[in-house]
Amino acid sequence: MFSFFLKRLGLVIPTFIGITLLAFSLIHLIPGDPVQVMAGERRLDPAFYAETLHRLGLDRPLYEQYGIYLWKALQLDLGESFVTHEGVWSEFLKLFPATVELAFCALLFATVVGLLAGVLAAIKRGTILDHGVMGISLTGFSMPIFWWGLLLIMFFSVAMRDIAPDFALPVSGRIALEFDIAPRTGFMLIDAWLSGEAGAFKSALSHLVMPSIVLGTVPLAVIARMTRSSMLEVLREDYVRTARAKGLSPARVVFVHALRNALVPVVTVIGLLVGTLLGGAVLTETIFSWPGVGKWLIDAIGRRDYPVVQGGILISATLVIVVNLLVDLLYGWINPRIRHAK
Amino acid sequence: MPNSQLPSDAAKQGTVLNAVSSRADEPLAPLPSGLGDFWRSFSSNKGALLGLVFFVIVVLCALLADVLAPYSPIEQYRDALLTPPFWGAGTSRFWLGTDDIGRDMLSRLLHGARLSLSIGLVAVTLSMLPGIALGLLAAFFPDKLGTVILRLMDVMLALPSLLLAIAVVAVLGPGLVNTMLAIALVSIPGYVRLVRASAMSELAKDYVIASRLAGAGTFRLMFDTVLPNCMAPVIVTATLGFSDAILTAAALGFLGLGAQPPMPEWGTMLASARDYIERANWVVTLPGLAILSTVLAINLMGDGLRDALDPRLKKLS
Repeated sequence: MFSFFLKRLGLVIPTFIGITLLAFSLIHLIPGDPVQVMAGERRLDPAFYAETLHRLGLDRPLYEQYGIYLWKALQLDLGESFVTHEGVWSEFLKLFPATVELAFCALLFATVVGLLAGVLAAIKRGTILDHGVMGISLTGFSMPIFWWGLLLIMFFSVAMRDIAPDFALPVSGRIALEFDIAPRTGFMLIDAWLSGEAGAFKSALSHLVMPSIVLGTVPLAVIARMTRSSMLEVLREDYVRTARAKGLSPARVVFVHALRNALVPVVTVIGLLVGTLLGGAVLTETIFSWPGVGKWLIDAIGRRDYPVVQGGILISATLVIVVNLLVDLLYGWINPRIRHAK
Repeated sequence: MPNSQLPSDAAKQGTVLNAVSSRADEPLAPLPSGLGDFWRSFSSNKGALLGLVFFVIVVLCALLADVLAPYSPIEQYRDALLTPPFWGAGTSRFWLGTDDIGRDMLSRLLHGARLSLSIGLVAVTLSMLPGIALGLLAAFFPDKLGTVILRLMDVMLALPSLLLAIAVVAVLGPGLVNTMLAIALVSIPGYVRLVRASAMSELAKDYVIASRLAGAGTFRLMFDTVLPNCMAPVIVTATLGFSDAILTAAALGFLGLGAQPPMPEWGTMLASARDYIERANWVVTLPGLAILSTVLAINLMGDGLRDALDPRLKKLS
């Protein structure tokens, strides 16, 4: 297991270096240099320009600049925002819990519904139910999620306000404005619960419903399809036939004997969906004004706040690499055949 | 059919061909015609047929947009802002209504089809060709070049494709052409890995070794011998890449990073639609419906293609 771990880690390091190169070159590929970008439309005094260039180390050779960038990045110093002048890493840390909270709820929704739908479709193979589940999941897979978000807003907040105002869902933010919750963990659900204010938890939860559904739609479709095909494979296995022949109840055969083994590839896919969640978060957070990492990145691009764009991309990519590594290791741990394969 | 002549020819020639003739004497099964087989398998999938029909309609709309569209997609009718469609309180002047500055929705959607399909076509071409070349190189020279190529692709795959596309657009600047380039760039790794994997498994087969022994050069081996046998999964991936490109382009347009107004790109049309969600739902629903149905049609086709072209994958689904 240890050598497997080392081998995987050895593959990750060049990828990480590549990511830092990518993030580093980003700021050098934009037309004009960072000082000109900072100055915007203003005219630059040549002496001041040269001085700033020197202060930021931008007049050194590129390889030296990259070395300094990498060294600082490893110490979590990702520069500071042009706009707020706050450190990129500390800004990220403030916003990250919101993204994690949303991603967690979305993944929970996608996994629960996706697994159930996939299992149902597999055991009712060829029926209307199967075709229905597969049709809906292909639709979910093809969904432009930003539009899906707008549709949900149209139905569950705008139309619902006229039909049943009590059930209308809020369209933006993490909690109603009337609540002033002190951030303790950064996770609004937990903070609202801890605050003990009446209605705060309910408000936080209601703010999560639509964003979670929107962000979870594509993962849901992927999980449902994957579960179905994996289940169909497993249901053909001899040990399932044996279990049936022993006279076990159909539910026990499906959920205890088959599902457990069918889950292995599904778990891997769920791990790999983390990247999709991060990408989808950009759109979902924009629609629902969710103050997370995705919205932060898009706003930074709009404001040409390049240190934030650079840092955000480096952090997101590193997150994806780390999660994929964990999934890989977990998979190797569950399934020794992977570990010993060349 | 050259096969049918084998027995008589072989009889005249020496012992070597006799071996062949003894096999060829057995009744020959009719050669499976590739296209016919493909069509039989594809058309047995109702969803795929439906997707194909819808896709053909979208293509026709795109090609004939100038003829079909009643108005120019950017002409503003200031006397008819936010006119509802005909099923609402609208008139037959604007079948699908108008948007917030009085542009005809139907004309914009038709011209939008042209934009979306071009984005898909360009992005797929620009990602598939370099992807195939790099994939073949990685398979034929697995030691140094292959490792470098694969590591490079790993870097690109580490970022979620939408984020990478956003990063590329952030560098190049927003716009339609840059959107296509960004999407093409982020789709390359998929093809590289796919082509490399299938080329590697082909390389070990007898027919490749035979043609190598017969003196075929590397270039010929790559593109003439191996590549045709790797194309089935590439075509399937290209189909899905096409729908993915349309979705990503629409997402970039929605975020204000893709095609810029007043271009009637479907995602760009939705960017400002949020403000009209309470007053004019057709401004919101119609462009999204266009994106969803086009993407769904292509994905349905992709499923059918996969089943028809690659029987190995069929078992899995």
